[in-house]
Amino acid sequence: MKNVLFQHGQVISIILQRLLQNPFASSLNIIVIGIALSLPIGGYVLLKNVQNLAHQLAGTPQISVFLATGTSPDEIARISKQLKEHSAIDRIEFVPRDLALKQLQVSTGLSDVVAGLTQNPLPDAFIIYPTALTSQQLELLRDDLKSWSKLEHVQLDSAWAHKLEALLKFGRLAVFILAALLSFALVAITFNTIRLQILTQREEIEVAKLIGATNGFIRRPFLYFGIIQGLFGGAAAWLIIAFSLLLLNISLSPLNQLYASSFSLQHLSINDSLTLLGFSTYLGWLGAWLSVSQHLWRIEPK
Amino acid sequence: MIRFNQVYKRYPGGYEALKNLSFEIAEGEMVFLTGHSGAGKSTLLKLIAAIERPTTGSVLVKGQNIKSLKSAALPYLRRNLGLVFQDHKLLFDRSAFDNVMLPLQICGFDHRESAKRVRAALDKVGLLKREKANPIALSGGEQQRLCIARAIVNRPTILLADEPTGNLDSEYSNEIMSIFHSFHQVGVTLLIATHDESALQHFPGRALTLKHGELL
Repeated sequence: MKNVLFQHGQVISIILQRLLQNPFASSLNIIVIGIALSLPIGGYVLLKNVQNLAHQLAGTPQISVFLATGTSPDEIARISKQLKEHSAIDRIEFVPRDLALKQLQVSTGLSDVVAGLTQNPLPDAFIIYPTALTSQQLELLRDDLKSWSKLEHVQLDSAWAHKLEALLKFGRLAVFILAALLSFALVAITFNTIRLQILTQREEIEVAKLIGATNGFIRRPFLYFGIIQGLFGGAAAWLIIAFSLLLLNISLSPLNQLYASSFSLQHLSINDSLTLLGFSTYLGWLGAWLSVSQHLWRIEPK
Repeated sequence: MIRFNQVYKRYPGGYEALKNLSFEIAEGEMVFLTGHSGAGKSTLLKLIAAIERPTTGSVLVKGQNIKSLKSAALPYLRRNLGLVFQDHKLLFDRSAFDNVMLPLQICGFDHRESAKRVRAALDKVGLLKREKANPIALSGGEQQRLCIARAIVNRPTILLADEPTGNLDSEYSNEIMSIFHSFHQVGVTLLIATHDESALQHFPGRALTLKHGELL
């Protein structure tokens, strides 16, 4: 048992030496693997952050209520009072139609269009901040408000969260496709690296076979090479993502100051990091294994 | 130890390298295989080491039939054989010591025990002082001796040598034949292919002579 461990340890140290002998070529390979992995994993990290942000924002739902045109100020005051007294409503905000038009003019830059209007097409509106938070309660409140007279349109503003969720689903699929393609590329890279190694060590393999090496013995260093290269590639991807997030967070800080928020991009969790390393190691092994089983049997001593 | 029974070896294209060979080599025997080049000496050795398989007939090595040997069992057969090649087949990316170490690594020997054995083998062929040298820095005779050290470090019961003195002058040849003779004295079965007739006179041992693939 001790001998077996020693042999494996020896193979690993030989491979590390081999990697150090060609630092340039080895690091290029590892960086290529790192970049290939960092694209889908980086996409995954961004998606996860957007999802977190969406959850935060969707936590403060609003209901917009638009009044029928021509509602008199008395009626508006009555509705306002009724809304304030409603048990499910925390507070309300009245947006008169003239103010709404002005906001439209300023925020959308449609001033020319707005100036061309002979009359204000916008209704008076209330923005309602409900005390209830679950989507079921919100929908109940919305249906209740819909039954009131003079309230022409009631809009629950959490609909955008559903749209975002659909968009995120799309994003996840895109990341998944990207991950599948680039995993294939990673396997191909390892496959080729190992193929070249087998060709350059042809003599050694022949001699080893003549001396009585089993296929397992001959395969071992190549498989370890794939594993180690995959592991280092995964670590490179992790570093690339960590560095990119650092840069992005630095560039986010002036935005945070402007909006008085404390949003920052979260890095990969420990679980995700370990999964990344495990997955890249597995892909390295797979590429090496495919290459070895393709090429090794062709080398027979003559 | 080694038995050939009506062995034919035909290569694709119809060339017959060996024709109807039947002979036996007993345990501990030292046998010279002679004949002009192209007579089939190398092919015969390759059949014993299972590098080639016979077309018809049977080759038995230590009771195992080469023809029906599974490829997974092949390495274990070869561990019983010491092979000495005319072109040495040394690895130039490592020291003389590591070249001799290779068979022990393959068998998974204990590291410290291996180092002792490697030094003993190098000592036997007179290369102990050159253990750190790269084989490329050794002379032809020294390379051949290094190849022998690698072949015997595993203490094989059978030693096969293909033209071990092929490229050497007579002084080196005698040296190498003396080394082989010392293995014979400790009970190793030896089969040495050579076209050097003088070795036959200086050393005891039966001769098998091949001509156009047939035993004379």
